[in-house]
Amino acid sequence: MTTTETAPKAPVPALTQATAAGRLDALLRAREIGLALAIVVLIALTTAKNTHFLSADSIQQILNGGALIGLMAVGETLVIVTRNVDLSIGSTLGLSAYIVGDLFVHDAIDIWMGFVVGIAIGAVIGLINGLITVVFRVPSLVVTLAMLYAIRGIDGVIVDGKQINASSIPGGYTAIGYQTVLGVPWLFIVVAIIVAIAGYAMRTFRSSRELYAIGSSPQAATLAGIPAARRVLVAFLISGALAGLAGALFLAEYAQVNNNSGTGYELTVVSAVVVGGVAIFGGSGTVFGAALGALLLNTINLALVAARISASWNQAIAGALLLAAIAFDRWLSQRVTRKLRKTEGAHRDI
Amino acid sequence: MTSDVQTAPTGRPDSVQRSIGWRDALRWEGGLVVVLIAVLIFGSAQSSSFLSQSTIFYAGINIGYIALMALPMTFIIMTGEIDLSVASMLGLAGSLMGFLWHHGWGIWPAIIAALVVGALGGALNGVLVAYTALPSIAVTIGTLTLFRGVAQILLGSLTVPGVGDPQFPDSMTKIGTQSIPGGALSYSTVLFLVLALLAGIVLHATPFGRALHAIGLQPEAASFSGVRVAWVKFCLFVVSGLICAVAGVLLTLQNASVSYTAGTGLELNVVAIVLFGGVSIFGGKGTIFGVLLSVIIFGALQMILTQTHVEAEKQLVITGLLLLISVIVANGRELLSRVRSRLAVGGGSR
Repeated sequence: MTTTETAPKAPVPALTQATAAGRLDALLRAREIGLALAIVVLIALTTAKNTHFLSADSIQQILNGGALIGLMAVGETLVIVTRNVDLSIGSTLGLSAYIVGDLFVHDAIDIWMGFVVGIAIGAVIGLINGLITVVFRVPSLVVTLAMLYAIRGIDGVIVDGKQINASSIPGGYTAIGYQTVLGVPWLFIVVAIIVAIAGYAMRTFRSSRELYAIGSSPQAATLAGIPAARRVLVAFLISGALAGLAGALFLAEYAQVNNNSGTGYELTVVSAVVVGGVAIFGGSGTVFGAALGALLLNTINLALVAARISASWNQAIAGALLLAAIAFDRWLSQRVTRKLRKTEGAHRDI
Repeated sequence: MTSDVQTAPTGRPDSVQRSIGWRDALRWEGGLVVVLIAVLIFGSAQSSSFLSQSTIFYAGINIGYIALMALPMTFIIMTGEIDLSVASMLGLAGSLMGFLWHHGWGIWPAIIAALVVGALGGALNGVLVAYTALPSIAVTIGTLTLFRGVAQILLGSLTVPGVGDPQFPDSMTKIGTQSIPGGALSYSTVLFLVLALLAGIVLHATPFGRALHAIGLQPEAASFSGVRVAWVKFCLFVVSGLICAVAGVLLTLQNASVSYTAGTGLELNVVAIVLFGGVSIFGGKGTIFGVLLSVIIFGALQMILTQTHVEAEKQLVITGLLLLISVIVANGRELLSRVRSRLAVGGGSR
């Protein structure tokens, strides 16, 4: 929408562009600060109501519970930034979690291989998503929707009504789900490192900046010589791989997997990403924002429990929050556009 | 756009573009007819009772309420938008009806209230999408969560009618067990067919329908040629909410009970049916006839797979593959021409 509004204008001078970009960046960063503030305020309010909320235990719950969604939100951000979407991640998580668990049941692999296998399964699925999207130029919404069904189905055939239980998984593996370092859960550390790496990469490297260019205007990106197909393919690959890793971590955290594991996660992740300030039509948003979005959604869940508000209110509040976040983004982008116009006008006067 | 549409029937040269669009569409539906015949032959070969009255009746029971939601979804996707909140609206309408019944309302006031809420929920989507220009995929993921959340607030873990509640009136719940008088079809099938006929007329033979095509192909051109784009979109979302509420009431009566989870996850089935019916996810292209064929194919396939004891998981795989194949085939010709031109360029440079 913003592109159509700015399109008819004369080219913006390079100088203005730089400051405008800086300002936009500042605003986006403000979004991350805003999210972090919202989380802190929420925790404070809940603690006021229930003093037990601010215990190491529940902080660990907040960090752990949001970790898997946050991890998948990283991959989803990469994909959404390119103006695509990956709806197959929930099914990917389920398949990866079960296969890794099944390998443990048969004592076929050691602990580290569990993660490698999980990532590999996800990467293959991501590759298939990406290839079909790029080669056939099919909308990724449709491709990944189809894959959502296909993978869940394959998962069901493999699971065949069975279930993986904690007793068949190595103790060292499930420890990742509950052990802590200096009070911080391992699971959260793993995810935080990945978020930090992805966040740094998305700000710094040329190839990842090109993802934003593709999302802002696929045609312009191609004309500018960006290998759009390859970049989109890699985005899907990473999204799949992270969903696969999330599957392996799901197994570690819950130590229980059946054919329904991960069902519906895709929309939760997309919600987290959108709450985190990533534009659904691509071109803007950060990995940090998306991860904070995931954390905020999970904090709300736990805050409701702690404040003894019926868990029934959970979804309604999450939905209202999501709508508010989208509306807020819209307002923000309009403001930025207006500001850009003003700055441009000022330059013309000079 | 409108001029194009108006000249099409007279067959003037400037309608060439348009008539090619028609031929494409018809080719797609031709393919669907072939698939349908194949499915029916396969079904009859698998089980002698396949084309029996009871099969047709139960196919209608199983897919009728989903098919209902596919009609407004077709319209919405035609305009380049999407409504992912349909299944949640179904759940909300059913839950509200159950909630009011639980609190001693009469059946008709409860149904009417459910329908009103359906229209209001649709209006909320409509206002956000049409008048604040927010992306419909993000908005309706938000209302997906919100509507389901409100349904959960209403019913919690309750199933209505529960202990102490009167049953829903037999005269109405019979639609789940009896066919229409003097026929084999279920009430849901008849309702769907009537509405499909109406939708077909509206989409293909009225100015409103042509406006939908125009909006999907080129919203700005449509608005310049006098189509009230925002108003049309608003109306579509209201109708979608209303029809989904009808589906919710229907499902509640069919099952003679309701819980807040009714219809969870069906939004993606509805989208799959519409896309398989040849409606372009980018808007502007598709027919109600195609969606009707798609509904029958999905319904028949589901019955065959169930009758031949294929597990639900494999049915999922088949759904996914069908959807995937359908988009790939639809884009195959474009891919071929791209490959050919690339080969030609390659040959020339040598």
